[in-house]
This record gives sequence, C-alpha cells and structure tokens, in this order.
Amino acid sequence: MYSGKVKAKIQQLVDNRFFIFTAIKMDFKARFSRSVFGTLWAILNPLVMVAIYAFILSKIMQAKLPGIENSYAYPIYLISGIVGWTLFTEVVSRSLVVFIENGHYLKKLAFPRSNLVFVILGASFINSLILVVASLVIFLMLDFPPGSSFLWLIPLEILTALFALGIGITVGVLNVFLRDIGQVVPIVLQLMFWLTPIVYTINIIPEQSQHWLEFNPFFIIAGMYHDILAYRVDPQLSSFVKLSIMAGLANVLGFALYKVAQKEIVEEL
Amino acid sequence: MSILQLSGVGKSYTEYPSFRHRLLSWLGMPSSKLKSHRILEDINLTLERGDAVAFVGQNGAGKSTLLKLITGVLSPSEGVIEVRGGISAILELGMGFNGDFTGRENARNTLSIMGYHPEEIEQVMPDLQAFSEVGDYFDQPVRIYSSGMQMRVAFAVATVFQPEILIIDEALSVGDAYFQHKSFGRIRELQAQGTTLLIVSHDKQAIQSICNRAILLDQGRVKKEGAPVEVMDYYNALIAAKSHSEIQVTPTSDGGLQTISGDGQARIGEVKLYNSRGLEADELGVGELATLSIQVEVNQPLERLVCGFMLKERFGQVIFGSNTWFSEQVLEDLKVAEPLSFEVQFEARLGVGSYSCTLALTGGATHLENNYHWVDLALVFKVINLDKVEFIGTNWLDPQFTIQRG
Repeated sequence: MYSGKVKAKIQQLVDNRFFIFTAIKMDFKARFSRSVFGTLWAILNPLVMVAIYAFILSKIMQAKLPGIENSYAYPIYLISGIVGWTLFTEVVSRSLVVFIENGHYLKKLAFPRSNLVFVILGASFINSLILVVASLVIFLMLDFPPGSSFLWLIPLEILTALFALGIGITVGVLNVFLRDIGQVVPIVLQLMFWLTPIVYTINIIPEQSQHWLEFNPFFIIAGMYHDILAYRVDPQLSSFVKLSIMAGLANVLGFALYKVAQKEIVEEL
Repeated sequence: MSILQLSGVGKSYTEYPSFRHRLLSWLGMPSSKLKSHRILEDINLTLERGDAVAFVGQNGAGKSTLLKLITGVLSPSEGVIEVRGGISAILELGMGFNGDFTGRENARNTLSIMGYHPEEIEQVMPDLQAFSEVGDYFDQPVRIYSSGMQMRVAFAVATVFQPEILIIDEALSVGDAYFQHKSFGRIRELQAQGTTLLIVSHDKQAIQSICNRAILLDQGRVKKEGAPVEVMDYYNALIAAKSHSEIQVTPTSDGGLQTISGDGQARIGEVKLYNSRGLEADELGVGELATLSIQVEVNQPLERLVCGFMLKERFGQVIFGSNTWFSEQVLEDLKVAEPLSFEVQFEARLGVGSYSCTLALTGGATHLENNYHWVDLALVFKVINLDKVEFIGTNWLDPQFTIQRG
C-alpha cells in the first residue's frame, strides 16, 4: 500500500513536470526580470559575502589552515561553508513563505500542493549549482582543483536541501497562522550562521565549549562541506547517517504538520 | 454516469481563540473554547454531463464556499464529493493572477498549474489573447489592469481549452455589456459541446437563459431546487419575506409552480383580462388594446399602497414591468375593507406566444419594502397574430420597410 502511494506521488510528479519547470523558470524571471545582470545576482550575493569576510578577516586568519595546502586557505574554507549555507537558508526562507506567497493560487486553483515544494527545491538547486560552478572556477584560479571527494557533494546537497525543506515546511505552515514565525526564523538563521564554524574555524572556540556547537543542526552539514570542498577528504559516513536521520525527522515533522493543518491553510490565507 | 456527485457535504470552520488552541487541537486535544461556524450542511447534488446549474441565494448563504469545495480549493468537513472530469474555475473573480506578471505570463502560469503542456499553451495563446481583447495590455503587468480587463483575461484562460466542468463565481457580472455578451456566447458554445456549467450569479436573466436548473441556498442548506424560473420566483419571494409573511408555492394546471408571498396586509383578489371589445379573454391579438383588472382587499390600515404588474414570456424573462410608484399614483392612508380596484390598459405589442402576468402590492417602489402580496402567474394569456405581417421575437415593433432599388 505504501509503495502504491509512492508510485502515485511519482506519477503525479511526472504529470506535473511542466508546471514545475515553468514555475521554476517564472521564479527566476520574477526575481531578475527587471535587472540588467539577471541570474548573476544569484551568485553575486554569496560571493560578495565571501569577499567581504575574506578581506576583513584575512589579517586575522592569515595563518594557514591545517589541512588546506594553499596560500588562500581561508577564502577556500569560507567559500566551502557558504556554498552549503546558501542552499540551506534559501530553502528554509523560501519554504517559510511558500503558502503565504502562493496564497492567490491556493485560494483559486486546485492543484497538487506539493508542486510548490518541488519548485522551491528545483529553483534552489539551480542556484546552488551556479554557485558551485562559480566556486570551482575560483578554486581553479587559486590553483586548488577539486579532489576525488568532490562527488560526495551530490548526496550532500540533496540531503541538505531535504533537511532544510523539512524545517522550512514546518515553519512555513506555522507562519500561515502565526506571522511572528516569519520574523523569528531569519533571526534564528542569523544565530545559526554565527554559531557554526563558517566564517571562523572551530579551534578559535575554547575546547570545553566546542561540544555546544554540536547542538546546532547546521554544524554537521558545514563540517561535511568543509571536508569535501576545502579539505578534499571523504566526509565521515556517520555524518551522512546523522544528516539523513535529521532530514528524515524534519520532513516527517513538516509533512505531518502540513497534513493536519492543510484544511485550515487555505481558510486562513 | 453523473459527472459530479455530492453526498451529505457539509463545511464548517473552527474559530480558535489563539494559536495555542489551534496547536493543541492539531495534536488531538481540542479545547472547549473552540467555536464552530457552520457554512454548509447536508448538500446532496448529482449533475449529469451538460447540465447547467445556477446557485442563487443571499450573501453568506454558502454559494461560493460550495463552489470552492467542488473545485477542490477547500475540503469538506463531512460528506463526499466525486468529480469525474476536469474543472476550470473562476472563483472570487480571478484565477490567482500575480500582479507583477503580464497577462500573457499569468495565462501561461495558470494554464500550466492546471496541467496543460507548454506547447499546447503556446498554441492557444493567440486565440486567448484575441478573445480577451485587451490589446497591448496583454504584455503589460496585470497590476495596471482594470478589474474588467483582468476578468476578460481570466475568462479567456478558463475557457480556452474546453473544460468538462466550468465553474464561474459571480464573474459574469464584471466587465462591460459587450464582454458579457461575448462570454455568454462562449458559454453557450461550450455547453453545446457538452461542458457542465456551475455558476453563482445574481443576474436573473442570465440564469434563466443559460441554466436548466437552479438551486437556492439559504443559510447553508438547499432551500429549493428546480427549474430556474420557479426557483428565481421563490427566491424573489424569499428576499421579500418579512417575519410575518409566508411563501406559498402551488402547482399550476400546466405543470409549473406558482409562488405567492407577502404579509397579507393587502391582498390581490380577482384578476381579469379584457380584450379590445371589453370581453374577458385569455387570448389577445398582436397590438390589441387590452385591460387588466385587479381587485384588491385591504386587510390592515395602510400608509401607502403601490400596485405593480409584470409580463413575462414563457421562459420567465421579464418583457415589461412597472407600477403605480413610477406612474406617481401612490395611494395613501388606506382603510380596512375599503373598496379598491386597479385597471391597467396597455397595447399588447407582443410577439406570438404565451405570457404570464405577475402582480404585486407593495408599500414602495420595489417589493423589498413592505411586500403585502406578490403573486406570480396571476394570469396567463396567449398572444396570437391576427392581422399583422409574420414576425418573430417577443415584441411587435410595427416596422415599415422602405426599399430603394436601382
């Protein structure tokens, strides 16, 4: 019975592929329709962030990072973490408003609501892909070619996006009924960003406090991005297992909540 | 097999005092403070392919909610809705257009959400644009459209592919007369091809001319269901119904239903129609001078009394109607049992066919204030062509052809 459900879901996804493609296209169009640089903005934002941190913090971080054999170790480390963070925040913050922003469709058209989720995933993946390619170009310019561990990036990106989706759907549903959520989530994301070794390295935190960081769900993810992109080593399998469990739990929570609240979402919008 | 079936459908909203109560109730711990608002109750309905149904009723009767349930935008609190066909719906005057996108982009988006292939969509886009007649605005952001223009595009989107079920909530009343004509033309075309139509409208004329059924909703329940003419007459009476008045529907000899309403402070008694020779008649010649005589009983002292009459053709369309308010012959200070009668003389410049006469006694210009007595089908008569040239239609215009040849 369960496999039947999955089959039906996949069939529905196939049936709706054109809508999802069109919507992703429209999504890009909507964001960049009246801009000269268009899609470039999608990568410019994270790259400027990297440039700023690299510039401001380069003096402090001049020391070589152990494990990265390159004189530009710090920017490489920074970019690696930001690639993961950008994907994570994009999915979370877009899911946060997915029901509110699409209220006009939800109220007037009947269609499989999960399509909206796939649009978010699709659009965020494309953005992330562009960012990864841009990062690779920079890495190559810094004479830092990717290692064999690079392929691990594919499952990592998928799991990161799924984990973010689970969290995003949860806050997205709640946000329909309690708009404070929409204000709180960006603040929490901000906290998460600074409580994760992305801009800094873990060793600047006193050793006895380091374990606190592990309560931050993004901590594991950042570590894996660093392993794959900056340290060029295979990430630990245990991290993948942990991330899969986190992604699974977040999605169970998110979709269970959606299922209960579903009827009331359209009424509330 | 029926295309749409509703069994025992109901809808209620829960009002939560706070977010905490909502969360608890999701977790299966409903609080006693929750209030439930019932919008619809026990709706049963079966529609066959090609049916055209109008939902009528006062604001808040549940019409729009019912259409949303059928469309699938809302889900019912109880009951089952079975739909066996693709639905195209214009709910709340729109199709979810995004103001920042152009008409074309919105059309494309909405159609793709509805599940059409991009190639199909591009194929019909020229037709869609042509039908909407918004011209260059089609490639402008929708936010600068007027509501009529938005409606044009929405209607074009909803009907560009023949839907199996077309749902239109109020939308037909937006837009200018020209586009209304055009929309009705398109709806008739779709109907001829087998589309099932569900509309909410307050436009009596529209309902009677395109629907074969009407359903009157009142406080979330089906109050009456049947031929549009009967339901509209009943509805009309319902709006006028005051606390004391009662509505009475009786079958007429020819199988129709007659609606009588009013509080009875004054009553219509004997009604007779006389032809030009002063004889009682149920047939008139085209253009014949006729006299309608109405006896009225006054049962309560009345401040004001207006008598109105209305002629309807056999589909219930109003051909003519007026009253003594408009003719500035309002009677004042009427005493109980005062002898009273009205005579209306008119030329029956009508087309050949059967006509009914609706009579009303009211306290003002319309039956919405002080409806004393309202009688549909008070009288039925035929018009026959005795001495005029052959013509069609419901009016005799006495045309004069002048021909110039060469």
